[in-house]
Amino acid sequence: MKHAVTRRHMLVALGGLLAGLASLAAARTARGAVKKVLVTTRAPRDYDPHQHKWLMCFDVDKCIGCGLCVDACKTENHVPAGPMYFRTWIERYIIKKPEPGSGKTRGDVLVDSPNGGRDGFPTTTVPREEILKAFFVPKLCNLCEASPCTQVCPVGATFDAPDGAVLVDPNYCIGCGFCIQACPYGCRFLNPETRVAEKCTLCYHRITRGLKPACVEICPTEARIFGDLKHPVENDPVQAFIQKHKVHTLKPHLGTEPRVLYANLDKEVR
Amino acid sequence: MVSEATNAVNVIIETLPRFEGYVYPNESGPHPLWGFLIVIYPYITGLVAGAFIMASLVRVFRVKALEPMYRLSLLTALAFLLCAPLPLLFHLGHPERSFQIMITPHLTSPMAIFGFVYAWYLMAVLLLELWFDYREDFVEWGRITPGWRGILYRAFTLGVTDTSEKAIALDMKLSWIISIIGIPSAFLLHGYVGFIFGSIKANPWWGNVLMPIIFILSAIVSGIALCVFNYMVLSWVRRRVLDMRCLDVMGMFLFYALVVDAAVEALDWIHRAYSAVEGFHVMEYMARERLFYTLSIGQVTVGTVIPLLLLGALQVLRKRVPELFRKRMYFASAVLILIGVFAMRWNVVMGGQYFSKSLRGVMSYKLEFAGIEGWFMGMILLALPFVILTVLIKLFLSEKLPTGGHVPHPPEPVLAAGGGAPGAA
Repeated sequence: MKHAVTRRHMLVALGGLLAGLASLAAARTARGAVKKVLVTTRAPRDYDPHQHKWLMCFDVDKCIGCGLCVDACKTENHVPAGPMYFRTWIERYIIKKPEPGSGKTRGDVLVDSPNGGRDGFPTTTVPREEILKAFFVPKLCNLCEASPCTQVCPVGATFDAPDGAVLVDPNYCIGCGFCIQACPYGCRFLNPETRVAEKCTLCYHRITRGLKPACVEICPTEARIFGDLKHPVENDPVQAFIQKHKVHTLKPHLGTEPRVLYANLDKEVR
Repeated sequence: MVSEATNAVNVIIETLPRFEGYVYPNESGPHPLWGFLIVIYPYITGLVAGAFIMASLVRVFRVKALEPMYRLSLLTALAFLLCAPLPLLFHLGHPERSFQIMITPHLTSPMAIFGFVYAWYLMAVLLLELWFDYREDFVEWGRITPGWRGILYRAFTLGVTDTSEKAIALDMKLSWIISIIGIPSAFLLHGYVGFIFGSIKANPWWGNVLMPIIFILSAIVSGIALCVFNYMVLSWVRRRVLDMRCLDVMGMFLFYALVVDAAVEALDWIHRAYSAVEGFHVMEYMARERLFYTLSIGQVTVGTVIPLLLLGALQVLRKRVPELFRKRMYFASAVLILIGVFAMRWNVVMGGQYFSKSLRGVMSYKLEFAGIEGWFMGMILLALPFVILTVLIKLFLSEKLPTGGHVPHPPEPVLAAGGGAPGAA
């Protein structure tokens, strides 16, 4: 006969369960504490990333290419000067009319981003009558759901924060450049001073204190829309944007599931 | 208006000096992110894997004719393996943090596993196999050699001085087992290097399922070519007669490995062209323009077609070609293949960075002389394994020490009479 389940057995099992749960909780707390000490994010101590899910949207039609966002970003985040270091930048697309009788919908596509668009854009040399359409596209980290940059980091220095930001711990990065190669959108660069990978953090030091990212704050046409999916405010701009527009993401075929949404995107934008 | 236009041109020239079309601003740095050092890294690793496969032809597949090459190819693999992590280490932004890869590896990263694969290959495969193979000789050499070399050989026995028949049989058996484990390990070592590139889906040039296979095949080709090169040079330096049977068999393996490698690489291009994969127009442009010398000339013509013709001709007409010509043809093929595989590594690493991920622009890059990514540094890193190999040969392939076999030149001094001089011949 199998031995009966006695009260003694039950008490021992319950005790074991409680001890297990207690130590699990302690281990989780300890892990959290260690993470807080070891991971550098510039967020305030009381900020809980599990309570937020940040999102950035762009209305391409609203961007005027003034470059204030690029300048604000560089200033706010001490991004190295020079035309090859940007956390955000603006691209100008000039799509020429097709040659008459060519049977094409559009002609040559000229793209440029002088100094990331920081100083605005010089007048184009393409004559006005040859232009089919022209527009500006702001770019930054696409906040991928399946971020390839995080996947390939050999030491885990770059990570997906629970609030949707993709961050780099500058004190941990070994500067191998793998994440820069893996980002399909060209959003990362190797900081020449610190020799570690750098990218848009959504101004993590600002958003974790209730402020907007610098680029959003300064945009004069509200082409950049920023919000928290977990705490929508009244007349939430992000919700309104998603409702109003048909939105698109960049390079969706790569399976990176970008969370940055674009309205009025042209097929030429990559 | 005129000044504005000039200004615009100036801005464009200042900011995008070496570019055609549009590249993302973060891609417009003065150098490709991964430079010459990262070209050398897969090259050296490939030579290790290939040389090891060469050795396992003897140990596992029992190719008797290649026995003289066994120890030389293992030592070649060791010399190059010791140098394999150096280019990686030098190119890091923070080399002092590199140990993080070992202590806190991020397991979804192909690069994180390098430390473990490397350590496994060095400690569990190569050094162990060498030790089991050499132990009997170490005991003997330790007994007969005076001075520091004797001390060294005695130390290498690790105190295991049993040379009974049973002990030697056990050594051989273990060496065989390790060699069997070593073949997949060599594939792992280099296939993994291919996967570092092949896993990057952001880059149409790299992100390709065939990449690890191409890397393994080209590694085998380059490894065998290096063994041919080393054997011929060593024989020439020592003025010893080459074992023509061994050389012919090496040439045969080299030919078949090259056929498979060339076929798979061609398949890769045919598939990309036929299925018109994203970005193929850029790749086609680069093959035609930017990489013409390294791809069309270096990799395809010099590194593949000419060696295929030379080695292929020898497969058919071996008996009719005089020994001297055969030696020259083998030597030339080996050197051309070594150059071709280096060009292939260049084309993969640089080719993948010569175009923008926007697929709208291409860049050019001129290798500099000085600096950590310069070609002088590269030459040092490429020469270093040969320096190490020289020391290893002096210590472990000495003509003066008696040995059981598996060496290129048996101890009996046979003076060369005209033969075995690939360069001078």
